[in-house]
Amino acid sequence: MRYSGWQVLAQGLMGNKGWKPAWRDPAPKPEYDIVIIGGGGHGLATAFYLAKEHGLRNIAVLEKGYLGGGNVGRNTTIVRANYALPGNSEFYSHSLKLWEGMEQELNYNVMHSQRGVLNLFHSDGQRDAYARRGNAMINQGDDAILLDREGVRKKLPYLDYDQTRFPIYGALYHPRGGTARHDAVAWGYARGADQYGVDLLQKCEVTGIDVENGKVTGVQTTRGAIRAKKVGIVVAGRSGQVAALAGMRLPIESHILQAFVTEGLKPVIDNVITYGMGHFYISQSDKGGLVFGGDLDFYASYAARGNLPMAEHVVEAGMTLMPMIGKARMLRSWGGIMDMSPDGSPIIDKTHIDGLYLNCGWCYGGFKAVPGSGYSFAHLMATDMHHAPAAGFRLDRFATGRGLMDEEGTGSQHNLH
Amino acid sequence: MRLTCPHCGDRDLREFSYKGHETYLDRPSADAPAAAWDGYLHLRDNPAGETRDLWFHELGCSAWLVVTRNTVTHAVTVVELARDVKGARHAG
Repeated sequence: MRYSGWQVLAQGLMGNKGWKPAWRDPAPKPEYDIVIIGGGGHGLATAFYLAKEHGLRNIAVLEKGYLGGGNVGRNTTIVRANYALPGNSEFYSHSLKLWEGMEQELNYNVMHSQRGVLNLFHSDGQRDAYARRGNAMINQGDDAILLDREGVRKKLPYLDYDQTRFPIYGALYHPRGGTARHDAVAWGYARGADQYGVDLLQKCEVTGIDVENGKVTGVQTTRGAIRAKKVGIVVAGRSGQVAALAGMRLPIESHILQAFVTEGLKPVIDNVITYGMGHFYISQSDKGGLVFGGDLDFYASYAARGNLPMAEHVVEAGMTLMPMIGKARMLRSWGGIMDMSPDGSPIIDKTHIDGLYLNCGWCYGGFKAVPGSGYSFAHLMATDMHHAPAAGFRLDRFATGRGLMDEEGTGSQHNLH
Repeated sequence: MRLTCPHCGDRDLREFSYKGHETYLDRPSADAPAAAWDGYLHLRDNPAGETRDLWFHELGCSAWLVVTRNTVTHAVTVVELARDVKGARHAG
């Protein structure tokens, strides 16, 4: 069924009895050409682009829980392309372009809202760094505007401009950045992939990866053995466990990142705002809740919930930046499990096992990457060639030290990003 | 999550900073092959369950600690001095 305003009207007049499930619930077939492990945003997007761009049809997506039940449903929904380093810059630029066509491509309302991202800066040095970043973004063909203090005040009159400790000097404004409805992105790609005949297999946990003579031959699952010519691991947050099934150790440590939301409020914050002193970022959801987060808790964890010291730190940063949010009541907090790589950049690559491909290490930036990651990983799996915008995301860059992408400039070891 | 420092007793998490997995106790020699250094610096088992990692009691006694804890439940079972752990390994 094609979704449209006309459908909404027609179905409404018929008592909404004609809506069909958005995807099938098929039984696993004994063999597929391609098996994708992981039914999150990246895995579903990979399956969609394998079908759409490469004409492949005999594909399965294996998800141990339910579709979109992992980090794609647990993030702060920010979409942006404000990266500076070669390797990252062209990838996120490509991804943002895919975002801009996503709703038409999927015939699905993902509520993508290009409300603009403002990165605040608070010193001359930070202004220089953001001016440089803005120039890198413009060179990449994306948009960036350096605002001075009065320019920011015009857009965000409610910030605390008078504080002496962290005065606001200005902001790097990225108008094409924004937010999207995170669950809808997973659902849209799931529906799109299903329409091409991709089998979406839920409650299907992979318990083994079969390798013969250095070549992958299939997977063992809780719903039986499935043979496959190619297997892609797209399970950020659990990459270490799944890769271990193929005897691999990864340069990944799983960390916890907390997020918070307040009760629903009338529209007050129009953009996405990031604080340059103390890690804090905030936007307002279409339901009205203020959605915000900060740093990692900074210890290895799979708990999907954090500890109070970081909650305190995030709320302190928020109160320093915009004291008005102290009047809002916090509704809930939660944690996502981040695949942290040593240099803070992701991995999209082949492995030493023929036919086994790896997509992981998205750190705390995976949501905005969903379409670009799916597109580039599909290209790699279908053609065995790296897709140009993601060609820098090599697995061996840590071992060799060549091609590291340390966007924050903090170093290339664990626990620095 | 709170940690019981062998020197200082039961303390708030904010007093400690985290270094990473206890792999860091086994530093390869300077002439070790690149693969050994890759394993030391980058590759991790990254267990979902019991792990042992290094913490620094930064706002307390400044001791390095080896903490045995569960990454899924955040339960802390043992906190030892890194000095003792390393000493026992060399003795063994």
